[in-house]
Amino acid sequence: MGELIEAEGLGVNLGGRTVLEGITFSVRAGQLTGIIGPNGAGKTTFLRAILGLVKIREGRLNVLGVPSSRLMEVRQKIGYMPQRQSFEKSFPLSASDVVAVGLLSPATLLRKIANKDRRIRAALQSVGMGEYASRPFKDLSGGEQQRILLARSLVRQPDLLLLDEPNAGLDFPAQQSFVELLHKLKLEKGLTILLVSHDLVSVASAADQLACIDRTMHVHGRPADVLVSPYLKDAYRCQYDFLSTLDKERCGH
Amino acid sequence: MSEMLTYGFMQRALLAALLVGILCSTISFFVVLKRLSFLGAGISHTALGGIALGLVTGADPVLTGSVFAVGTAMSTGYISRIGKISEDTVIGIFYASGMALGIALISSFKGYYPELFALLFGNILSVSGRDLLYMGLALAGILVFVVLFFKELLAICFDEEMAEAGGLPVGPLYMGLLAAMGLTVIASIQLVGVVLVAALIVTPGATAYRLSSNYRSMLVLSLAVGIAGSFGGLFVSYYYPVPPGAAIVLVLAVIFAAAMALRPLLNK
Repeated sequence: MGELIEAEGLGVNLGGRTVLEGITFSVRAGQLTGIIGPNGAGKTTFLRAILGLVKIREGRLNVLGVPSSRLMEVRQKIGYMPQRQSFEKSFPLSASDVVAVGLLSPATLLRKIANKDRRIRAALQSVGMGEYASRPFKDLSGGEQQRILLARSLVRQPDLLLLDEPNAGLDFPAQQSFVELLHKLKLEKGLTILLVSHDLVSVASAADQLACIDRTMHVHGRPADVLVSPYLKDAYRCQYDFLSTLDKERCGH
Repeated sequence: MSEMLTYGFMQRALLAALLVGILCSTISFFVVLKRLSFLGAGISHTALGGIALGLVTGADPVLTGSVFAVGTAMSTGYISRIGKISEDTVIGIFYASGMALGIALISSFKGYYPELFALLFGNILSVSGRDLLYMGLALAGILVFVVLFFKELLAICFDEEMAEAGGLPVGPLYMGLLAAMGLTVIASIQLVGVVLVAALIVTPGATAYRLSSNYRSMLVLSLAVGIAGSFGGLFVSYYYPVPPGAAIVLVLAVIFAAAMALRPLLNK
């Protein structure tokens, strides 16, 4: 499969307000793509459109080879990690209970989940948390919780992984470690990853391509090209030298 | 104690306490995890409007109260979702409106309603076979719903966005949970009354949450606290001149306070 995501002139309205318009963009299989942009730019809405959770007003969106009207058919092949604030952190679940949530789908309603324990164990091991299965989720550090939530997104063995601000609230070493883990998963499992983040340093160093959204697609391409693009400065409404803060060699400059 | 069990009304009261104890502590588990405590309090007070409607029109107040309670619960969920308003804001409006309707109806229509005091403050000692049947049906229906969809309801309580992204029918399941809350409130009114019923659907879960590190032990503890509180309150009211509803709520409060005190010791 070549392009896993193809958007052409994509537009989304929420509550009568235009959140996305004219998004034309594609993601090839096996790529790690970083989505950047200022606050309120529509990055999360873009992920939700790919999941089929928001209605598309105009344009065309194909995900895993099916059009947006039939996204339910491929939803089981998409792993999703929402922003951390979407869940209650002191919830009385163990790490493996949290991962088990990722196995639920319309197909498991009123049914037992097949090979549940084995799949949970495999997902935990893939993020280096095999020893943490029975530990209370609320007792884990922020970085460990993020890895457990990543395992939850991976437990269905998806082809496409969507991550929304997975680094938010983590310290720098935890952020770096998390992005390195994503890079490893991409190489080992051939995962296609879409990563929304404000953290340009870690995203640009790991991504194959960067896309900057601010309601519309301002610029996308190789990280080194995007970071020196004048369109990036337009999107963030500042004249900051983004590349100067990054490791130029790792970004391909 | 054996003397207490020889009375028919006490046997019915104990059975009612057991049924409502199981019902409330099961719902309490979800109420606490999904942070719906204020919604529970709001539903019970809104039900007063439905109960008053039944009393003044001669219809069955339990039936009209049930329609109001379930309707309020589901409308709150629906309005908060489509209008993007928080549930506590919506229930804050329903809460006062339901109470106001109840007061207006009872004040406007001349008559004496002896059932009103029991519905406001509970009277478990006057529980009838028909009341027990209603409680049993409510418990059976709600247990079937919870057992069938337990893992999905737990997922919705933990992370609704993730559950939605996984393709689960979050809206219908959440509405089902709210309807179960409404039915639980009505089934429990005979025990503790409109004014105190919120304590029954919050305290068992809150106590168990305080003492548990996983949801399985929380559910078991919630059931144990709910049943212990219902039986305990009934025993207290048998031996001391305290109304059963108030005694049940006070026993639950003591158990919660003990859990608060015990928690730091469990951490050592």
